[in-house]
Amino acid sequence: MPSIELKNICKYICQDVNLKIFDKELLVLLGPNGAGKTTLLNIIAGLTDYSGSVLFDVAPVDKVPASKREVGYLFQDLILFPHLDVTANIAYGLRAWKQPQNDAAARVQELLQMMKIKHLSSRYPKHLSGGEKQRVALARALALSPKVLLLDEPLNSLDVQTSRYLRTELKQLQRELGITTIYVTHDLTEAEEMADRIAIIQHGHIEQVGTPDEVFFYPKNELVSEFIGAPNILDCDHCRSLGQGLLEVNCGELRVIIPDDGNTVQRIALFPRDIYISETKPPGPGVNRFKGAITSIKSADDVVRLEVKVGGKTLLAEMPHYIFEDMDLAVGKEVFLILKLRRIRTY
Amino acid sequence: MPIAIFLAIWELVARLGLIPGHFFFPPFSAVMQEFYHLAANGVLGHNFLSSLIRVLIGFSAGSIAGLVVGIVMGWKDIINKALHPIISLLYPIPALGWLPLLMLWIGINEMLPITIIFICSFFPVLYNTATGIRNVDKDYVQVARTLGASDIKILATVVMPLALPNIFTGLRLEAGMAWRVIIAAEMVAIPTGIGALLMKAESLIRIDIIIVCLIVLSVMCLSFEKFFEYMEAKLTAKWR
Repeated sequence: MPSIELKNICKYICQDVNLKIFDKELLVLLGPNGAGKTTLLNIIAGLTDYSGSVLFDVAPVDKVPASKREVGYLFQDLILFPHLDVTANIAYGLRAWKQPQNDAAARVQELLQMMKIKHLSSRYPKHLSGGEKQRVALARALALSPKVLLLDEPLNSLDVQTSRYLRTELKQLQRELGITTIYVTHDLTEAEEMADRIAIIQHGHIEQVGTPDEVFFYPKNELVSEFIGAPNILDCDHCRSLGQGLLEVNCGELRVIIPDDGNTVQRIALFPRDIYISETKPPGPGVNRFKGAITSIKSADDVVRLEVKVGGKTLLAEMPHYIFEDMDLAVGKEVFLILKLRRIRTY
Repeated sequence: MPIAIFLAIWELVARLGLIPGHFFFPPFSAVMQEFYHLAANGVLGHNFLSSLIRVLIGFSAGSIAGLVVGIVMGWKDIINKALHPIISLLYPIPALGWLPLLMLWIGINEMLPITIIFICSFFPVLYNTATGIRNVDKDYVQVARTLGASDIKILATVVMPLALPNIFTGLRLEAGMAWRVIIAAEMVAIPTGIGALLMKAESLIRIDIIIVCLIVLSVMCLSFEKFFEYMEAKLTAKWR
């Protein structure tokens, strides 16, 4: 599988984009809508003209047409051919490349098995659920064993549960196949879970490239920082093992339970989106649940951000607008915070 | 059932003489009797066959030509840009509007009604085909391209199948229209065919024969339209 390099790419909003994707890497292209993410994928796939150069394993492919670039592309809306059943959809590329019928049939069977969709083989796309369509589209993109896999917000149209499940499967599959992959999303959680490295793109510029930790906790500039949202960072005074893989850390007056990975913890960090807010006392043990008072409420594009004073510290939490509107929250009101255990990062 | 009720009322009204002049409004049974008579002596069959052959030749040729030019216009933007203004000028002219011109150009012979039907079928099939092809979501083309398909392969295996509903709309509408046009052309200029039979019946004041011809026309329009409706359902119902 090749490494990919973009050199001085210009097209529409994308101006002078330089980016390198390593062999077998899963790079997440993260940015808001209209940032130029899909444009970059189309350029790599050869579906649009551009200036600059795209290199696969150091060799320019600018003159190679889309049909010969050996790129598997999973479009945002999946774009299954509605007039072909699942088998024919998956076999489309194999037939286009005139593979012998027996070989093509065997490859389709292999993919049906791999994607766990054998029972859907004769169904038409209109009879498939969102998750099933996603699997079929992925199988079709993988049928020709492409060198590069481009995934354009593939889980966008799915419900949260299916999306989370498929995310894990996708990641696993990418690892197994060792295929150089570019995954486009505007979802921070999705990016963090999927990425080997993340490239933040804003207004057609690559603002930062790094591991999820580098990007989320050391944003290079204000644009990145604003896009990902500043994490809550708490200094820890003391920590002790509770056994059973858990560690209790004291951050001022707050006692936080975190998974124990054997390392000493000096600081913990948690994104605002990983703090739940409840108006009533949440049921269950009081672990990582704190009572505090709202000190400010600010409305951003997609979310509402709330500052909550708790145990002498101010924590930033956020929630989607529709949840905020369903709750009766105001400055000064006492609320309960629940920190997501698995989302707490340690240093 | 509604047809049976309609025929019963027709029969009753004619027999009871509710409409003055029995001569001008024969009962349904009398029309059927004449239908049998015309069929038995071969007059109806001969004229029907003449019309049918003209429709089949004109419609097939017009549709195939419309389909080919429509595909090229829908697929290649440059050809669409070149031909669209001309087509836009010619399309609104009613098929029968060409008749005087064609009578002078071609003369009054078998080619005249066939040419009229050709024109009647060509433009709508072309228009619907080109529109259908242009309306196919470009993402399907892009997907097929990334999967290694050539332009011809994409056209044949993705674009054409997805444009079928539009293409069939053109074919269905024009299949019926072809019969309406052939009757008019035969009435005006040709001595054989259902249209010519209609005109002869009119000059002999044979209302029953006129109604027989109209029934044949109605059944043929409907049959042609239904045939294409059936073909469309057969080819697209699975996935639409």
